[in-house]
Amino acid sequence: MTTLIKNATIINFNETKKANILIEGETIADITTDEPKADIIIDASGKLVMPGLIDMHVHFRDPGLEYKDDINSGSESAVAGGVTTCLPMANTNPINDNAVITRDMIAKAKARGLIDLLPIGAITKSMGGNKVVEMGDMINAGAVAFSDDGLPVASSDVMRYALEYSKHFGSFVINHSQDCSLCRGGHMNEGRVSAILGIKGMPREQEEIMVSRDLLLAKLTGGHIHIAHVSSEWSLKLIKQARDEGINVTCEVTPHHFTYTEDELMNYDTNFKMSPPLRTKSDVTAVREAIANGLVDVIVTDHAPHHDDEKFIEFDKAPFGILGLQTLIPLTLNLVRDGLISYEKMVELTSTNAAKMLNLKNKGVIAKGMLADLVIVDPDMEYVYDKNLNKSKSSNSPLIGKTLKGAAVKTIKSGKVVFDFPNVVA
Amino acid sequence: MSYTKKDLITTSNLTKDEIFHFLNLAKEFKTLNNSDVKKAKSLYGKTTVNAFFENSTRTRTSFEIAAKRLGADAINFSSSQSSTKKGETLIDTINNIVAMKTDIVVVRHYSSGAAKFVAANTDAHVVNAGDGLNEHPSQALLDLFTILEHRGNLENLTVAIIGDIFHSRVARSNIYAMQTLGIKVKLFGPPMMLTGMEAFGCRICKSMQEALEDTDVIIMLRIQLERQDDEVAFPSVREYSNFFGLTRAKMKFAKDNVMILHPGPINRGVEINSDVADDPRYTHILNQVENGVAVRMAILHTLISNKQG
Ligand SMILES: [Zn+2]
Repeated sequence: MTTLIKNATIINFNETKKANILIEGETIADITTDEPKADIIIDASGKLVMPGLIDMHVHFRDPGLEYKDDINSGSESAVAGGVTTCLPMANTNPINDNAVITRDMIAKAKARGLIDLLPIGAITKSMGGNKVVEMGDMINAGAVAFSDDGLPVASSDVMRYALEYSKHFGSFVINHSQDCSLCRGGHMNEGRVSAILGIKGMPREQEEIMVSRDLLLAKLTGGHIHIAHVSSEWSLKLIKQARDEGINVTCEVTPHHFTYTEDELMNYDTNFKMSPPLRTKSDVTAVREAIANGLVDVIVTDHAPHHDDEKFIEFDKAPFGILGLQTLIPLTLNLVRDGLISYEKMVELTSTNAAKMLNLKNKGVIAKGMLADLVIVDPDMEYVYDKNLNKSKSSNSPLIGKTLKGAAVKTIKSGKVVFDFPNVVA
Repeated sequence: MSYTKKDLITTSNLTKDEIFHFLNLAKEFKTLNNSDVKKAKSLYGKTTVNAFFENSTRTRTSFEIAAKRLGADAINFSSSQSSTKKGETLIDTINNIVAMKTDIVVVRHYSSGAAKFVAANTDAHVVNAGDGLNEHPSQALLDLFTILEHRGNLENLTVAIIGDIFHSRVARSNIYAMQTLGIKVKLFGPPMMLTGMEAFGCRICKSMQEALEDTDVIIMLRIQLERQDDEVAFPSVREYSNFFGLTRAKMKFAKDNVMILHPGPINRGVEINSDVADDPRYTHILNQVENGVAVRMAILHTLISNKQG
């Protein structure tokens, strides 16, 4: 079967061009100004066509906590957000710390057939922080990186071993950077707002201390450390210095950390409760600058569904985390609208760089011979992100009910249309 | 101008007029409380429930007496932190109470923001009787009432709040109300109890001397000795008392006519020594307790009047 996307404004990390995209089967057969015959014709006039987004940090709660989301609903949320490849974190129940679970997760995603699921394995058995998992075995089963996300690896010795061992297999380690001995049961950023609210805070130094340790361990081992959801100005300074010195470090940021400050918490809204927490204006500014000047490698969502009942509760009892997949495009487009980045840079941050880091040679670029993972984006469409659009089983997003600008209007995975924005003709 | 909101959760949005509305009404109820027949009728036929998720015999008793003096049926419901772990949520518990035709729910809860959360999700009137580390508005109003009663006015005042400011809902409610009235507020305590306190725009003092000098009212906060477990506690009670406690010796820095308030119960010899606490020249702690009932009558009366008006 063939599909022709006509009048496409193709955005790649290094170019923007008008052309038609011919898809044969799963791959891009041609990028052309001609109009070859095809079984399906999609007119993308006025829209942007980007490589399918790759989200390196999601929580699908499957296996074990399927009432929050599962691989099926997670896949649906992903493609509704223009995301065709997802890396789910290992903090499932049971924890993804062995090849059997990794294989099961991949099989379930394949059966649904909307996205490619590339599991992140735990760093340590049961995420207990002591014994490193069978990384080789898990990589053979399809795991692509290792993280105890949600929990930091407290032991420097274990982290050292994980970096050395993952390097041996050409993989890398992602740490949720937090020095928990500095937590004191914090529920938000420590500072002005926590003082006013009477909520215990987490100082940003808690993150920065762990970031510095991991950078030093990467220096020691030559292993690749990927710093998850960076939220503080000083973490970014430390990462910049380490990178300038040749340390093998990459990092990611989330839309909520480049969009909101701690001020959003003034009403104890649990939908703004996340870890790392929303921080101050200077941190948000630093994150945005780091995106603009190339220090940030990838934008990820940290999509973290929680059931309504779990968030409809006293602030200090509510779990950390918010939905992210379906708000990734509109929030990232804000960076383009604000003049911080170009569309090309947006593609680099949401797809190309992740494909490179993960060594996915057929993704991240729209070109002849590549896998036909594509998203057609209308950057100007305004709509209400309501419960009908939301594909997650959970609704823990502060943006539910709000008007957003910009969306995936059509998502194509391996040549097949897997999502159409309701009532929009692309 | 009376107060027209459904609930009383915070002092941060009270106007000057609203604060004086409560204080003036409290004065009337105090007169009533000192007469032979301590009974009014404004809550006759109404039901108030003291929903206490954290122990506080004093505050609960004060609200209970206040409600009964106004003719209400006052019911006490208490639930400890452990019993709410059985699975029923806070909102379920409150909705059960309200379903029994409760007019006013007085909420004391160990989570900051809990009273606001309850108020936003129930039709009954909600009074915040202390939510976590956040606020305790009736305590702030009774402190102001006690100061007003003693001094005759609230003009040109400087108040020092001393002790564990971070963990104090009394401090937050007092700071908001006092700043609205133009009262200067100074803060002093050990550094780990002052984290982030610049946020309130009060002067942060560096010593007990600085806190006490030129101060009209001292509010000594209770050190939550039991709450220090999960914290980096201060090194010792002895050291706390030496550097941050109020002793006779340190009173030489204070004005002769200074008033001392304390939300109670006092840890004698820790935040305040008995020789100061029991000195009738300074201390107004028992006045505060008496005034608490009148202030709480004013609050309950006002919320019910809103409903009828
Ligand atoms: Zn994390």
